[in-house]
Amino acid sequence: MIDPKVRRYAGWGAFAVAAILLLFVAPSSLSGFNLNLLGRFLSYAIVALGLDLIWGYAGMLSLGQGLFFGLGAYCFAMYVQLEQAGNKLPDFMGLYGLSALPAIWEPFHSPIFALGMAILLPMALATVLGYIVFRSRVKGVYFSIITQALTFIVSLLLIGQQQLINGTNGLPINDSSTLFGHSLQQTGTKQAIYLVTVICLGLAFLLCRYVSGSRFGRLLIALRDDENRLRFAGYNPVKIKIIVFALAAGLAGLGGVLFFPQGGIVSPASMGIVPSIEIVIWVAVGGRGTLIGAVIGALVVNEGKSWISTKSPDAWQLVMGALFVGVVLLFPAGIVGSIQIYGARLWARINKNAPPLGVVAAVHEAESEMSGAVEASK
Amino acid sequence: MTTEKHPILEVRHVSVSFDGFQVLDGLDFSIEQGELRFLIGPNGAGKTTLLDIITGKTRPTSGQVIFDGHIDLRRWPEQKIVQHGIGRKFQTPSVFASLSVFENLEAAVGLRTPTLQLFGALPTDQKARIMATLEQIGLQDAKESRAGTLAHGQKQWLEIGMLLIQEPKLLLLDEPVAGMTRRERDHTGKLLKTLAQNRSVLVVEHDMQFVRQFASTVTVLHTGKVLCEGSIDMVQNDPRVIEVYLGHKREVAA
Repeated sequence: MIDPKVRRYAGWGAFAVAAILLLFVAPSSLSGFNLNLLGRFLSYAIVALGLDLIWGYAGMLSLGQGLFFGLGAYCFAMYVQLEQAGNKLPDFMGLYGLSALPAIWEPFHSPIFALGMAILLPMALATVLGYIVFRSRVKGVYFSIITQALTFIVSLLLIGQQQLINGTNGLPINDSSTLFGHSLQQTGTKQAIYLVTVICLGLAFLLCRYVSGSRFGRLLIALRDDENRLRFAGYNPVKIKIIVFALAAGLAGLGGVLFFPQGGIVSPASMGIVPSIEIVIWVAVGGRGTLIGAVIGALVVNEGKSWISTKSPDAWQLVMGALFVGVVLLFPAGIVGSIQIYGARLWARINKNAPPLGVVAAVHEAESEMSGAVEASK
Repeated sequence: MTTEKHPILEVRHVSVSFDGFQVLDGLDFSIEQGELRFLIGPNGAGKTTLLDIITGKTRPTSGQVIFDGHIDLRRWPEQKIVQHGIGRKFQTPSVFASLSVFENLEAAVGLRTPTLQLFGALPTDQKARIMATLEQIGLQDAKESRAGTLAHGQKQWLEIGMLLIQEPKLLLLDEPVAGMTRRERDHTGKLLKTLAQNRSVLVVEHDMQFVRQFASTVTVLHTGKVLCEGSIDMVQNDPRVIEVYLGHKREVAA
C-alpha cells in the first residue's frame, strides 16, 4: 500500500500543478474563445463538487442542482442588468411597458446583496425543501423526483414572468454590459473573471475535501450505508442531510454566479431538468465520491459536448445518453474510480512480491466505495 | 447511578395494534437498575415490538413508557432516546459497511458531540475511549479494516462495541447470538456479563441453551402480555410456558 503520507504529498503536488496550469499556463496559451469555454466548464465543476458531496458521499441523488445554479446566476444577472441600466430600467422592461423598477429588483443595485443572495438564496431554499422532505423521511428515488419537480416548477414560474424577469428570453449580457465599471467584452475583464473562477474552484475543492475528510464526512458515508442505523446511533439524519444539501446548493449558486458573465446569458432553459441531469452525468462519468472525479467529469463531458456539437449539433444528445448508460453499466465507478480500481489491480499484478494485503485492501476499498455509491443511487 | 431506587425502565399498560391486530395488549413490564433480563416468547408474542416501543421506532396506541424514573419516552424522537441512554442492537448486525472499524466507533462515540465540532478533530478523550473499546471487543488488529469485510461474529462484536462506547444506561439486544458459532457465542456471553456489570441489559433471545447459560431472570411474553416472570428454572417448569412456548420445542423443554 502506498504510504498515506506519500499520497498526501502527491495530492498536494497535483493540486499545485493544476493550479499553476489553470492560473498561469492556460490564460497565456489559450485563445480568448477557448479560455472562456474553460472558464464556463470550471464554473460547472463547482456545481459538480456540490453534487458529489450529496450524491457520492451521502447517497442523495438530487436532480435539482440546476435550480440552485440558475438561482445563483439570476441573482448576479439582475445586478449586472441594473449596473448597465444605471438609473433607468433594464431594456427588456421597457418593451413590456413597465415604468418603474419592480420592488424585488431594488436591492439588487447592490453587488454585495446580489452576490450574497446568489449563494444564500439557494442555501435557504435547500434548507426549507430539505426540512420538509427529510423530516417526512422521503428518500431515494422519491427525493430525486421531488427535486426534479421543484426544478421544473421554478423554471415554469420564471417563463411565466415576462415583465419581471424577461421570461423565456432570460437575462443576457450584451456589448455595453459592464461589471464594476469594466466592459464584459474586454479581454482583461474576461481574464479576471476566469481567474476568479479558478480561485473559487480551488477554494470549493478544498472546502469539500475538508468536509469529506472530517468526522462529519464519515457520517455522510454512514448515512449512505444505513440511515436508520445512524439514527439509532443517536444522530439526527435530518440535520446532517440539510447541512450537506444546503452546502451543495450554495456551491451550485456560486457556480451560477461565475457562469453567468462567461456564458453570456441565464434563462429558464439553463436551470431546467436537462441541465440538472447533465450535472448528474458529469459526476457519474468523473467518478462519484472522489471530488476530483466531479471536476474531471465536468471538464471532460463539457469538452466532449462542445467538440461534438461543432461537428454535428444533433449528435450530442445521443452521445450523452449513450455515455451515461455506458458508464452506469460498464464503469459505475467513473473515470477516477475505475483508475483507482484497475490501477490497484495492475499494481498488484506487477508487484507480486510487494505486501499483497494492502493492495487487496485498496482494491476492496475502491470497489466497496463504488458499490456503496451504486446502491445509494438505486 | 442515582441513590434513589427506581426501575430503569417502566412499561405501563402499553397497547399497540397494527391494522386492528393487537400486538401488545396492556403490557406491564419493568427492569431494575443493573439488571440483566432475558425476554423470551413464541413468534408473534410482541418481543420486537416491545423493543420498538422503547426505542421510539413505534409509538404505543396507549400506555406509558418511563425511562430512568422521569423520562417519558413517547415524547422523544429515536435519536434523542439514544442520547438519553438507551442503546439497541438489532437482529442483523448493522454496522456502517463502508467505514473502517475505527471509524464506526468514531461515529458511535460522537453521539452527544455538537454538530459543529464534528467538523473538527477527534478529541483525545474520545480517541482513548475508542482504543479501550477496540481492546474490549478484541478488534484492535482489525481497526483499519472495512466493517463490511468482517466475519459475521466480528460484526456483532463491533456493533456491541458501538453500543458500549455510547455508555447507555439500558442496553437492548435483539438475538445477539443468532447465527453465531459456539465459540463466538461463548465470547458474546462473556461480553454480555461484563456489559451488565455497569448497566441494565434486556436480551431478547430464542436460543434456550444460551438463555439457560447466562440468564438470571426471564420474562415470558405471549400474545402481547407477560405470561410469567422469574428464574430460569421456575419459568421452565411453569405449565403455561411449556404449553405455549416450550411445548413446541420438546428438545428444549427436556
